[in-house]
Amino acid sequence: MARIRLQNLHKAFGDFTAVRDTSLDLEDGRFVVLLGPSGCGKTTTLRMIAGLEYPNSGRIELDGVDVTWRRPRERDVAMVFQLFALYGHMNVRENLEFPLKNERLTRAEIKRRIEAVTGILRIEPILNARIGTLSGGDRQRVALGRAIVRQPKAFLMDEPLGTLDAEFRELMCVELRRLHERLRTTTVFVTHDQNEAMALADHVVVMHKGDVLQADTPDGVYNFPQNMFVAGFIGRPAMNFVPLDTAVAPGHVEVQVGAAAITVPRTIDGSAHAMLGVRPEHIRLDDTSSWRGRVVQTEYFGAHWVVTVETLAAAVKVVAPKQSCPVPGATVGLRPRAERIVLFDKATERLLASETTRQHREALRHG
Amino acid sequence: MASLTLSALGKRFGAVRAVDNLDLQIADGEFFVLLGPSGAGKTTTLRLIAGLETPDAGQVAMDGVDVTAAHPAQRDCAFVFQQYSLYPHLTVYDNIAFPLRSPLRRTDEAAVKRKVDEIAALLHIEDKLGRKSTALSGGEMQRVAIGRALVREPRVFLMDEPLSSLDARLREELRVELRRIQRRLGATFVYVTHDQVEATTLADRVATLEAGRLLQVGAPQRVYTDPDSMRVAQRLGSPAINLVPSAWFDERLPRTAHWVGMRPEDVVFNDPAGVRCRVLEHSLVKHLLVAEREGGELRATVMLDHPLAAGTEISLGFPARQRLYFDSEGRRLRSAAGAREALTSEAV
Repeated sequence: MARIRLQNLHKAFGDFTAVRDTSLDLEDGRFVVLLGPSGCGKTTTLRMIAGLEYPNSGRIELDGVDVTWRRPRERDVAMVFQLFALYGHMNVRENLEFPLKNERLTRAEIKRRIEAVTGILRIEPILNARIGTLSGGDRQRVALGRAIVRQPKAFLMDEPLGTLDAEFRELMCVELRRLHERLRTTTVFVTHDQNEAMALADHVVVMHKGDVLQADTPDGVYNFPQNMFVAGFIGRPAMNFVPLDTAVAPGHVEVQVGAAAITVPRTIDGSAHAMLGVRPEHIRLDDTSSWRGRVVQTEYFGAHWVVTVETLAAAVKVVAPKQSCPVPGATVGLRPRAERIVLFDKATERLLASETTRQHREALRHG
Repeated sequence: MASLTLSALGKRFGAVRAVDNLDLQIADGEFFVLLGPSGAGKTTTLRLIAGLETPDAGQVAMDGVDVTAAHPAQRDCAFVFQQYSLYPHLTVYDNIAFPLRSPLRRTDEAAVKRKVDEIAALLHIEDKLGRKSTALSGGEMQRVAIGRALVREPRVFLMDEPLSSLDARLREELRVELRRIQRRLGATFVYVTHDQVEATTLADRVATLEAGRLLQVGAPQRVYTDPDSMRVAQRLGSPAINLVPSAWFDERLPRTAHWVGMRPEDVVFNDPAGVRCRVLEHSLVKHLLVAEREGGELRATVMLDHPLAAGTEISLGFPARQRLYFDSEGRRLRSAAGAREALTSEAV
C-alpha cells in the first residue's frame, strides 16, 4: 500500500518538455489512470515513479519517503508492461514462481504467496497446466497473478491492454477492476483510451502537453470538465463547442448562439468571448426550439442515431432516439438540457463558473 | 465497379469449415459489411473473392461472369489490411503512386501525379506527400494504405478490419471518411469487421457470419430491429441485448417462447410493474446501468444525473411492444403484429 506524491516534477528531453512542473497527490489504495494523447507526458510520469527515468527537478515520495533518486528495485513497485508476456514453455505454477525465485524468497514463503494468489484468481485447477493449453481468459489471470505474487506497494501499468483486440480488452478491464476491489493496491495505469480509463479508474488524471489539466473522478471529468481540452477528450461523440454571439456577464441565465436564445445555469464568471459546451446526448431534436439548423449527416448505431446539424453558429452533433431520425437536408430545432450546459472562455479555454459547476470540487490536488 | 455473386461457396482447412455453403449477392456500388467474431470466416470469404484462396465448392462471379478459376490480377480487387503495409523507404507520394508504376499498368508520370494529388486531396493528406511513410501517425499511415488501394480504380475494394488498430478518435474520423469516399466513388466495398458500430454506421447491408455460415443479411436497421435469431440479436447492438427467461413474466407469452429479448435502450427504469433487481454498477458517463437478478445480468440505458450505488433495489420494465421472443433453440418467434411492424419499418 502506498501514497504517491509528486512535487514540482519536471522532465525535459532536449528542448522537448515531457512533464512540466507537475504536482500530484495520489491517495493510497486507489486505481489512478493517467489519460491523454500521445506526447502528453503520461508515460514519462509513470517511468519517473518507477525509477526508469529521473526528473530534471522535483521530488517523488512513496509513503512519505523521498524515492526520487532511488533505483527501480529499491522502490518496491511493480511495473507491468504487457499483461500477456508469459513463459510458454513453463506451466502456470512455474510462471508464478519465477519472479519470486528471482527475489530469493524462501520456499515456504513462495508456497504461501502462490496459494494466496491462486485463491484470489480462482486458478487452482490449472496450476499444472502449460500456458499453451490455456484459454485467453485463463492466461490473463495468470499474467495478473505474476504481478500480484510480488506484493509490491504499487502497480505501475503502461498501456498493458494496448495490443489486445477490442472484445478482449473489455473483459480484461472488468477483471482488473474486480481484482483491484479485492487487493486495494495503489495502481497507476497509463492509457490513451478513455473507455479503459472510465471503466477502471477511481481517479482520472487528464494530461496534455506535459501538464495535468484535471485530476478527478470519472463522473467529475465527464460532468465538470475544467477546460475545453478535457471536455473534448472525454466522451464520444465529443462535446459540441459553439461560439456565443455576445459577451457573458455574471448572473446571466440566457446566452445567444446563432441568433437563438439558450437557457443556461446562472453564470458566476463572465467573459467577452465565450464558448458554449454541450454533449450530443444532452440535446434533443425539438421543432419548437428557436435554435435551428439543417441536417447534414446521420449515422446509425442501432440503439440511437448520431445526427450532425449545421447551425448558424457551428456544426452540432445530436444523439437521437432510434425510432426517429430526420433525413439529411431537413431543418430541425435543437433543445439542449439547460442544466448540462457548460461555458468556457474562448481565449484561456477554462471553464467559467456557474451555479451548477460551483458545487463541484476536483477529487485530487494537483498543480 | 462490379457486382459480386457468391454461390454455395465452401472452403475447408483440415477439419474446419471456414466458409460453409455461402450465398451472397453484393450489388455494384454497395457498401457491404461482413460482421462476425474471429473464426467466423469473414477473412477467408474476402480471400476467396480476391482469388487468394481457391474454394472447395461453389462459385465466385463478378458482374455475372464466373471468375472462380481466374487469377487475382484478372479479378482486379484492391485489398486493405488491418496492419498497414507501407514501403518504409518511400515517401507518401511514392507509396500511393506505387501501384500505378507497376510494369503491368505503366502510367506516364504526369498522369501519376494527377491521380496521386486527387487521392491525397480526397484523404486530406496533401501536405504529407513529401514525408517518409515512417514519419506518419497511425491514422495517417492507414490513410495512405487506403490511398494506395483507391489510386488503382479496381473493380472491388476488399477491406479487412482497416480501422481496428487505430484509437477511438481516429476510428471515428476515418469511419466517416470511408463512407464519404465510397459514396463519392460509387465503389463496391466488401468490408470485414467484428465491430458492430462499424457495421451499423457504414453498411448499406450487413451480413452476420458465424462458424463459416451466414446467419442473416439485410440493412442494419432491419437486422437490428428484426433479428432472425438470438445469435444475430446478440451480435448487433452495444450494450448487448438483454435475454431473460420467459419464466420471469406473469402474463401470457407466445406458447413456445423460451427467451425474451429486450434492447437496453427500451428498458423502462423504475417501472412499478417491472422485474425487481439489484444494481451491480452504474456508469453516468456511459449512461449504462447493470443490474442483477437470479444470477443473470440486466442492462439498461438510463440518463440520470446522479450515480446509483451498487446494491440499490430497483425495478426494470420490459414493455411488451419492444419484446423479441425466441424459442429454446434461439430462433425468433414472430407474431403477426410483429411481422407487420417490421414491414412498416422497412418501408420507412
